[in-house]
Amino acid sequence: MSQTKAAGLGLAHMWVAFASFAVAALLGLYQTIERIDLIPGLKSPELYFGSVSTHGVLMGFVLTTFFAVGFGYYIATTSLKQEVWNKPLAWFGFALKLTGVLLAAAPLLTGNASVLYTFYPPLMAHPTFYFGATLLVVGSWVWCLQMVMMLGVWKKANPGETVPLAMYGTVANAILWFITSLGVASEVLFQLIPWSLGIVETVDVGLARTLFSWTLHAIVYFWLIPAYIVLYTLVPRAAGGFIFSDHMGRLAFIMLLVFSVPIGLHHLYMDPFQAAGWKFLHMTGTFMVAVPTMLTGFTVIASMEVAGRLRGGKGLLGWISALPWGNPLVLAAGLALLMLTFGGFGGMINASYSMNAMVHNTQWVTGHFHLIFAGTTVIMYFAAAYYLWPKMTGNALYSTKLAVIQLWFWFIGMLVLTLPWHQLGMAGQPRRISSTPYDEELVQAWLPAEAAMIVGGVILFASALMLVVNLLKTHGNSQPVDNLEVEYAEPLHSTQRMPQLMNSFGFWVVLIVVYMVASYGYPIIQFFLMDTYGTVPWSI
Amino acid sequence: MQDIFKIICDDELERRWIWISLAMAVIMGGLLGVLAVTNNLHPPSNVETIDSSRLHLSEEFAEDNLGVKENSDGSLTVTMVAARYGFFPPVIEVPTDTMVKFRVASADVLHGMHVPNTNATTMIVPGYISEVTTAFPTAGKYAFLCNEYCGLGHDSMWSRLMVVPKAEFSLEVPEPEEAETEEAEEDVGDDLL
Repeated sequence: MSQTKAAGLGLAHMWVAFASFAVAALLGLYQTIERIDLIPGLKSPELYFGSVSTHGVLMGFVLTTFFAVGFGYYIATTSLKQEVWNKPLAWFGFALKLTGVLLAAAPLLTGNASVLYTFYPPLMAHPTFYFGATLLVVGSWVWCLQMVMMLGVWKKANPGETVPLAMYGTVANAILWFITSLGVASEVLFQLIPWSLGIVETVDVGLARTLFSWTLHAIVYFWLIPAYIVLYTLVPRAAGGFIFSDHMGRLAFIMLLVFSVPIGLHHLYMDPFQAAGWKFLHMTGTFMVAVPTMLTGFTVIASMEVAGRLRGGKGLLGWISALPWGNPLVLAAGLALLMLTFGGFGGMINASYSMNAMVHNTQWVTGHFHLIFAGTTVIMYFAAAYYLWPKMTGNALYSTKLAVIQLWFWFIGMLVLTLPWHQLGMAGQPRRISSTPYDEELVQAWLPAEAAMIVGGVILFASALMLVVNLLKTHGNSQPVDNLEVEYAEPLHSTQRMPQLMNSFGFWVVLIVVYMVASYGYPIIQFFLMDTYGTVPWSI
Repeated sequence: MQDIFKIICDDELERRWIWISLAMAVIMGGLLGVLAVTNNLHPPSNVETIDSSRLHLSEEFAEDNLGVKENSDGSLTVTMVAARYGFFPPVIEVPTDTMVKFRVASADVLHGMHVPNTNATTMIVPGYISEVTTAFPTAGKYAFLCNEYCGLGHDSMWSRLMVVPKAEFSLEVPEPEEAETEEAEEDVGDDLL
C-alpha cells in the first residue's frame, strides 16, 4: 500500500512551495515597511518593485503551482489507492518546473524583471523571465495529464463506481488549470518571447491584456480548489463527523470549472479596447461563480455542525464550542471561512460592472485578494501541510500547539494587514506604489492605516517562521506517527446512485469550450479585424 | 411543482440554500444591469486605436490641441496625453456639475488615471484611446494620480485637477496673480478636510 502513495513527489513539491513562501513572506514584510516612507534610507523604487515582482511570482505562481501539484499527486494516489500513472514523467515535470523557477529567479532578483507578476507589456523583462514562466506552466501540464490518465485507469478498473470526491475535485482542477493556462501561454509564446528576442518589433498590448485576463481569474480557482478539497474531504473527519453532502461538493467543483474561465474580462472593466457589452456578459458569469463558493460555505458549516452535535454540542450554537478547535484542520477551516466571508464581500464590489470604478487599482484590490488568497487559501495549505507532513514523512508533527498558535497569528495578521488596505483603497490610495509623494491632505489621511499595515506584516512574518520551523522539525522528528493513512470524510448520504454527469467531465469540457468561444471569441478576434498599432519595448 | 434540484440533492435545507444563492447572484447582477440601463452607468469601454509612437503627428493628441474644450451641447472634452512620468497638460480646470469627457492616449507604456473620491478612472493602454465621462459635483483641488505601475518613477506620476464652481468657470482664464491663487488653494484645502 505505502508504495502506491506519492510521498516523495508530494514532499518535494510542497517543500519547494513552502521554501518559496518563506522568501516571499520576508519580501512582504520589507514592502510594508518601505511603502510608508518611515525609514528614508530604505527608500528605493528599484528594490521595492523588484521585491513586489518577486513576491507576486513566488506566492502566486511558485507556492501555488507546486502546492497544487504535490497535493494533487498525493490525493490522487491515496484516494484512488493507485500508483502515479507515469512516475518518471512526474519527476520530469517537477524538474521542468524547478528549472523554470530558477531561470525566472535570476532576472527577478537582479532587478531585470520588475514587470510585476502580471508581466505588463510593453515594459520588457529579460527573456529568461519569460522562458522560466513558460517552463513552470509546461511542467504543470505534465501533472494535468497524469491526473486525467489516473482517473481513466481507475474508471477502467472500477466500472460504474463513484469517483471519490477528493479525486473528482483534483481532476476538475487539473482540467481547469490546463484550459485557463492556455491564455497566458499564448501571450508568452506568441507575443512576449518573440518580442523580447527581437524577432518581432512590437506587441499589441490590448491583445496581450485580453489573453492574460483569460488566465487571470480562473487561476485563483486553481489555487483555491485544493483548499476546498481539504474543506470538503479532510476537515469533516478531523472534526469528528461526515460530509453533509458529497453531491454538493461535486456541484461546486463543476460550477467552478464551467464558470471561472469565461469571465476574465471583469479584470478589464476599466480598460479601453473591449466594448461594454462583453464586459457585462462576463460580469453575469462572475456572479454565477460566486454560487459554488456560497454552496461550499453552507456544506462545510453544515458538516461542522453535524460533527459538533455528534460530539455532544446542544442548542442553536452549542455545537460550535463542542468542536475540536485545537485541531489545526478544524481551526484553519473556521478561520478560512471567516476570511472568505470578508473577502467575498469585497469581491462582490470588484465584480460589479459599475461599482468597480471606485476601487479599481486601489489598495482595496490588494486587500481583497490577500484575504481570499493569502488568507482563505493559504491558511488551508498550512492546515493541509500539518496534516500531510506526518503522513508523507512518517514522523509525528513536531508541535500541534505551535501549529495552532501559527494559524491564529496568520488570521490576526491578515486582518490587521487587509482591513486597513480596504480603507486606504476607498480613500484613493493606488496599489503598486513604493512611496506617497502626493497632496498632504490625501497622504495624511492614509497614515494610520499605513501604520497598521506594518503591524500586520510583522505578525504575518512571525507566523510564516513558525510554520517553516514546525515543518522542518517534523521532517527531522525521530518520533514516528501512529497513523499513516489519509482519512477521508464519509458522506452522510449514500453516493451509490451518482448521476453520470456528476461522475465524469466530458460533457462539462464541451460546455466550457462552447462558453469560451461565445465569451472570448470576438473579444480576441477583433484585434485581427481592427487596424491596431503595436508598441515597442520599454525598459522599466 | 417538483424542485429540479431534487435530482442531485436529498436535503430540503440544502435545496433552499441553492435557491437562495442563485437568487442572490441573479438579483445582484440584475440590479447592476438595471442601473447600467437606467442611469447609463457603464465602465469606460471605448474601442478606438491610435499609434502611440506618433501621437505628435495625430491631429487630436498633438501638443497644441491638448486641454479643455467646450462642445456645442455645453459639455466639455479634455484631451490628454499620459507619458512617463506625468499627464499633459499638467493642470486641468473644469467646472462643477458639467459632463466632462476625458480622452486620453499613452505615449509609451501602460498607465492609469484615478482622481480619488470621484468616478474619474480609466486604464490608459498604448495603442488605444481611453474615454471616460463623468461630472464633478464638489469644487476643490484634486490629485490626478497614475494608478497603474508604469516603471520605476511611477510613484511620482501625478498631476492636478481643479474643479471650480460652475459660475466662476470660463475657458479663457486670464493669468491669475500669484497671491490670489495661493488663497484660493487654501480655501479649497479647508473644504476638503
